[in-house]
Amino acid sequence: MKDVRPVIYAVFCGALLLAPFFLNAYWVDVLNNVGLYAILGLSLNIILGHAGLFHMGHAAFYAMGAYTTAIINTSYQIPVLWLMPLSGLVAGVAALVIARPIIHLRGDYLLIVTIGLVEIVRIALINNVFGITGGSNGIFGISRPELFGFRIRRPEHFFFLIWGFAAITVFLFHRLENSRFGRALNYLREDDVAAEGSGINTAHYKLIAFVVGAVWAGMAGNIFAAKMTIIAPESFNFWESVIMFMIVLLGGRGSIPGVILGAFLIVGLPELFRQFATARMLVFGAIMVAMMIFRTEGILPPRPRRYPAAVADGGGDGP
Amino acid sequence: MDLFLQQLTNGLAVGSIYALIALGYTMVYGVLKLINFAHGDLFAIGAYLGLTLLTTFGLSQYLGPMGVVIVLAVMVMGLVAVVGAVLERVAYRPLRQAHRLSAVVSAMGASIFFQNALMLVYGARYKVYPHDILPKNAVSIMGFEIPLVRLLVLLTSVLMMVALYLFIQKTRIGTAIRAAAIDQRAAKLMGINVDRVIMIVFLIGPALGGVAGLMVGLYYGQINFTMGWMYGLKAFTAAILGGIGNIPGAMVGGLLLGVIEAMGAAYISIAWKDAITFMVLIAILIVRPTGLLGERVADKV
Repeated sequence: MKDVRPVIYAVFCGALLLAPFFLNAYWVDVLNNVGLYAILGLSLNIILGHAGLFHMGHAAFYAMGAYTTAIINTSYQIPVLWLMPLSGLVAGVAALVIARPIIHLRGDYLLIVTIGLVEIVRIALINNVFGITGGSNGIFGISRPELFGFRIRRPEHFFFLIWGFAAITVFLFHRLENSRFGRALNYLREDDVAAEGSGINTAHYKLIAFVVGAVWAGMAGNIFAAKMTIIAPESFNFWESVIMFMIVLLGGRGSIPGVILGAFLIVGLPELFRQFATARMLVFGAIMVAMMIFRTEGILPPRPRRYPAAVADGGGDGP
Repeated sequence: MDLFLQQLTNGLAVGSIYALIALGYTMVYGVLKLINFAHGDLFAIGAYLGLTLLTTFGLSQYLGPMGVVIVLAVMVMGLVAVVGAVLERVAYRPLRQAHRLSAVVSAMGASIFFQNALMLVYGARYKVYPHDILPKNAVSIMGFEIPLVRLLVLLTSVLMMVALYLFIQKTRIGTAIRAAAIDQRAAKLMGINVDRVIMIVFLIGPALGGVAGLMVGLYYGQINFTMGWMYGLKAFTAAILGGIGNIPGAMVGGLLLGVIEAMGAAYISIAWKDAITFMVLIAILIVRPTGLLGERVADKV
């Protein structure tokens, strides 16, 4: 059977590129949200999909990135996009400090700790911690981003910013998942003890996965702050984390096309059923249950790794 | 001193509610090694069912306050237990052999489902319990005025916990539950019907959670469809605090958490009340993941 996937990807990318020229501002904005969640999903995918760490507090890092951007931009007028690396850095350092003591916890314990984490961050933001987060009203008046002197203002402009960043993310994470690092993560996800036995420093790799995911979520937070120009603690509540979690699980853990499909299904699809707005979360919950029963691995699970070297000389090298 | 004592009794009352919910988490975790995320919503269902039964049947016309509460509690327990059993049958049993994450996600899905079902049926606004059911007077203990309701909540919870403890320790079914919690395969080999044990656990846990929901309604007077989430999370913290899978642990953990929270709210900051709970949770998991009463067991490799 011939592999049709490159064709599908090409058609998808083409359709996506042309979409803003045919859709109205509302639907372009929906696509922007999908793109933002795709980036977040991809960043969580490193932690949850590849390293297999049950992390349900991703909104905390997203919030840190967004707040870093908002605070520095509104206080010192530094252009928003320049703050993107800093936002990532803040989230990454926070992840390093927070994850270090909890990284050894077993699956569901880690899950519950990360839920606690996201709640603590949200409460801290509401209580105006250090007097800089603006309490429950949040921060407003974040300036619009500029790229090479071009002011990004309309949804169509953001479309290219967001999906451009998503494309870079896909490229880098694709490289990452086929690297020594990616293979090591997959190994320790499948069997922690065996990976440790083969000389993989599991705690170290888990920690790096956590930090990489957090850095990316922080950068997504930067884009979110730029897009909304106003941020409040309620944008980063626990359900945001759940949505990211669902995107990865529904789409397919460890699979980049799967995560993007997941973002479309979870963020984009409900928009089509606006008229049933009140019942859609109900249906959503039911689908989650059904999905786990009938297709545990997600809609588009990653293909098993293949090693050409193994065919050639009868043995591949380990991670 | 008065503030301290008021907060202590308040903390104990709230803590005993946490403990009742925590029992559901801990029993399910003990047998299935699953965090039943939907448990908090079963608790909320209990609160709403209690309200419905109270207002539709007008029980308070026929019975005294105590009678109303007892009849209500029994009805709520029965109904929520059925919901719990159906939940287990539909959302968890097909996933018995699957990856643990799948069951957790299924539980979250069920939680979202219940929460939104409640919202669709009862509306998104706060619902108010009729406040003339329980007597308002306070009891004077050594010169301190303590509301009667508070003592009743505490007393009822403790009674139910003792009953549960005796049930688990002394009866045949209780023994089967303990056996299944230790080793399901071995329990099966000994002729225990593990599916039935799990079903029973999913009847008892939600029943207790449902009663806890009723108590919150009677104690605080107002309920909301999202409340299951926060109470559930706190009760889970209580279960971990005491050592998950351990029934006395859930009781101790619940009471302790209630007191910590009440004291934190009174002496540190009320705005940080919920954050204090989660900090306790994280600290416990880092320092002593098995909880206060849990014994340290080696992980099976």
